[in-house]
Amino acid sequence: MAKGDLIGGSLWSQYSGKVSDRMNHPAYMGEISPEEAEARGARLVVADHGADSCGDAVRLYWMVENDTNIILDARFKSFGCGTAIASSDAMAEMCIGKTVDEAVKITNIDVESFLRDDPGTPAVPPQKMHCSVMAYDVIKKAAALYNNVDVDAYEQEDMVCECARVTLGTIKEVIRINNLTTVEEITNFTKAGAFCKSCIRPGGHEVRKYYLEDILRDTRAEMERDKLREAAHAKDFKSMNLIQKHKAVEQVFEASIRPMLAADGGSCEVVDMKERDGGTLVYITYGGSCALCASSLTGTLSGIQHTLREELDPDIDVLPV
Amino acid sequence: MERIYLDNNATTLVDPLVQEAMAPFHTQFYGNPNSLHSFGTEIHPFLRLAVDRLYHGINASDNDTIIINGCATEGNNTVIKSVYFREILKGSKKHMITSQAEHPAVEETMAFMESLGVEVTYLPVTSEGIVSPADLEEAIRPDTALVSIMWANNETGLINPVEEISRICHEKGVLFHTDAVQAIGKVPVDVQKNPVDFLSFSAHKFHGPKGVGGLYLRKGITLSPLLHGGEQMAGLRAGTLNTAGIVGMGLAMELAVNNLEYEQTEVRRLRDKLEDTILQIPDCQVIGARELRTPNTILASFRGVEGESFLWDLNQLGIAASTGSACSSESLEANATFQAIGIDSDLAHTGVRFSLSRYTTEEEIEFVASSIRKVVDRLRSISSTRNKEYI
Repeated sequence: MAKGDLIGGSLWSQYSGKVSDRMNHPAYMGEISPEEAEARGARLVVADHGADSCGDAVRLYWMVENDTNIILDARFKSFGCGTAIASSDAMAEMCIGKTVDEAVKITNIDVESFLRDDPGTPAVPPQKMHCSVMAYDVIKKAAALYNNVDVDAYEQEDMVCECARVTLGTIKEVIRINNLTTVEEITNFTKAGAFCKSCIRPGGHEVRKYYLEDILRDTRAEMERDKLREAAHAKDFKSMNLIQKHKAVEQVFEASIRPMLAADGGSCEVVDMKERDGGTLVYITYGGSCALCASSLTGTLSGIQHTLREELDPDIDVLPV
Repeated sequence: MERIYLDNNATTLVDPLVQEAMAPFHTQFYGNPNSLHSFGTEIHPFLRLAVDRLYHGINASDNDTIIINGCATEGNNTVIKSVYFREILKGSKKHMITSQAEHPAVEETMAFMESLGVEVTYLPVTSEGIVSPADLEEAIRPDTALVSIMWANNETGLINPVEEISRICHEKGVLFHTDAVQAIGKVPVDVQKNPVDFLSFSAHKFHGPKGVGGLYLRKGITLSPLLHGGEQMAGLRAGTLNTAGIVGMGLAMELAVNNLEYEQTEVRRLRDKLEDTILQIPDCQVIGARELRTPNTILASFRGVEGESFLWDLNQLGIAASTGSACSSESLEANATFQAIGIDSDLAHTGVRFSLSRYTTEEEIEFVASSIRKVVDRLRSISSTRNKEYI
């Protein structure tokens, strides 16, 4: 928060001239009839995206030439705000002359750039960026209809932020590589969450599959576990004294075993350790739901033993007390 | 082209008489009323007159208190946080009640209370759009510390049954606060007839200046101040008095009360005239029965026309209206009142509010009525959900 945040920006004054013009006079607003398409030896594609109840709904009409797959003409109808109408209009114009496969590569970011008056100034304020996503989504629907495939064929893997088009993989990667600890940092690095903010936490404009706050928390937890695991591996287990061994065992419990048990409402403590015949005995007690669970003497027990053997030393035996 | 302002529930034109009355307190009578010298003391008679006008305006008794503060948001915060301190943190209660259709000034403060561990009940509104006294009665618990229900809703103009709510709260021994920011100057606000414990208002909603408001406290009720400091307002609200604002608010209150009759007849007539023409447009509806609303407000919904687009087109024609819904802010949730009233979800993003004032003219209403038709026609021609013949 700083000076620029004190007096709320005027939404409409941040629209580019092109956005305003297209809102006032959308050139590609309208419909295409099957007869019109047929007259030009083309196929009509009509795709819908969104709904009135969501606040945005757009319909895209494509006239696609039969032999070449080239979009000869495009029109739209839109229920939505000025940005939704202007970006639908721009999107329809951008489709014309492209093949279907080329058109499907048009993203909301391309549409927004197209609507800029000068290349350095955004065409719409950040919270309006999501309105242009509609334009992108409806193109994918139209292409899927034309090619008779499922629209999922055009979905990218795990998109977290639709506005800035940032995937789950990218976000996890920047958190790890740059050791990020706040959502603001993620936004600074990737622009995810900079626009409509729906992907930051539940309760925004749209319900999302992933939220930055959850991704950050989970990734940080993973990183923490990795760190413990690495620490446990720092020295050869067999050459450790008993205190060091206990520490290493605890780290594996913390990183891998306890989270697993906690998921089922259980817990586990190391109560004693002994060295015998070049191997190590680890005595444990269970708590929570594990204490009553039959598997604590069978599957769970061997799972714990297996984890310790994998992580530290094949000569570890785990014994319940 | 002259612009037309139909957003009087957001804020109002300062009455020229009010403006005139305030001017000397910036240039001539600029002393601090807490000073001992003549620059300070010469202001006291003007402030006393202003206070008299406020008391008279809401029919408060001299044993009651009206704390002058910055705005109704401050009043709402003061009451809710004070009751939290006194009754919950230092007392044994732990529950508050409000409605699902409150202004953020109450809604967000209640959400903050929840974050501190207070249990908050959000009463739904009925299909009429108002709070049901029976629902309230049922929700009150032995550990309820406060009920906060607005007098009139900012978006719909719907008026809650404040008299009955006051009575129920008194019977149950629960403190009752009402945000009357949308009621003063539009409907009679009488704290004797409606025995509320706390009532907040803002001057700028009734042709007074921005940045000054009032918080009424019934006789015998006190609170912990939000702002500690000097002895102003009997120590209940510290901070150098906004002398020009107080003088302006006092006069604005008097004028608002004097104009109540006009509001109830002439403003209502113009509102109804606009509403009648809106209702001639196919597929549109107005939220709430006329007789349950403040006389200046229309919240209309036009199927297939998104609210912000509507405002955009009206603005191009020089008309100012408002929407609580859709793409107008970062939190893009649909209109809360719409949802509470149970309006068709397709209409959730189509709400447009027209709010008149005593300055609204017949010509303006006629121009707006014809403009609305044009705008609806244009936006419906763009809208994807109006024609489905090819689908």
